[in-house]
Amino acid sequence: MLALYDVPLGSRLLLGTARYPSPAVLAEAVKASATEVVTVSLRRESAGDRAGQGFWSIVRELGVRVLPNTAGCHSVKEAVTTAHMAREVFGSTWLKLEVIGDGDTLQPDVFALVEAARVLCAEGFEVFPYTTEDPTVAERLCAAGCRVLMPWGSPIGSGRGLNNLFGLKALRARFPEVPLVIDAGIGVPSHAAQALELGFDAVLINTAISQAADPVRMARAFAQAVAAGRQAHQAGPMEPREMAVPSTPIVGTALLR
Amino acid sequence: MKVQVNGEWRELRAADLAAALSELGFEHAVIATAVNDEFVPVGGRATLALSEGDRIEVLAPMQGG
Repeated sequence: MLALYDVPLGSRLLLGTARYPSPAVLAEAVKASATEVVTVSLRRESAGDRAGQGFWSIVRELGVRVLPNTAGCHSVKEAVTTAHMAREVFGSTWLKLEVIGDGDTLQPDVFALVEAARVLCAEGFEVFPYTTEDPTVAERLCAAGCRVLMPWGSPIGSGRGLNNLFGLKALRARFPEVPLVIDAGIGVPSHAAQALELGFDAVLINTAISQAADPVRMARAFAQAVAAGRQAHQAGPMEPREMAVPSTPIVGTALLR
Repeated sequence: MKVQVNGEWRELRAADLAAALSELGFEHAVIATAVNDEFVPVGGRATLALSEGDRIEVLAPMQGG
């Protein structure tokens, strides 16, 4: 069974909560996905509409674990301050650490990411760093105290799937004991199945489900793809070959003219 | 005194952060606060004296990916 920071999880699908057509659809999608972990953020609250209070009561009713993020942070200071605020509000030491470095690709600033991870791990946070497939950065994050890594598949919200298969496979091979969660870029269930087939431990999906025409049905489809991908990985996929290999035995072929 | 609350200028009677939050209507709300870029935990709100021009951030749980 998958365990992230010693918490056993029955589902290898983690779900983002943003950009759903309505809170009711979000709640239905969470149930359909069978996820046990959803990501949340902190944003400015208005005393008038108290939108955050309403959102929080919906999430609490779902009975799932929350993974607060530091989305939108661009510096170590911002990320660390946001982490402190999130820990107080959500009462959890889990933290999806995002420190964005590039506005176009939303690629992490890996230098600030490693430094923020070092500070937060030392303070007792259980950090889930949003990173790239770079093995050196991964090494530094592990040295900083991270016990889970979340490499991107492709840029956040792009739906392009696993952009650098070579790099991701190399990362998986290089860190066989560290839970690796593909975060960002998954567009369709086949991408998620592929990630699990390659031996990644889980996927974190948001836009691919929330922006589907029918998010609840898509949540169910992703749950099936993740389960299928995991089964396939455990079953041991065949090696691809350059040329055809007949599947029907040659021996015993009739001689017919 | 005039302070900024989530980027908007507000005139407040309150002298400390805890009083300011209740004056603003955030009593009993699930929120986290920062003043002038520094996190102020729940326990520190009553003793954090506000000054003219302070920037208060009041954050709450929100959708996120």
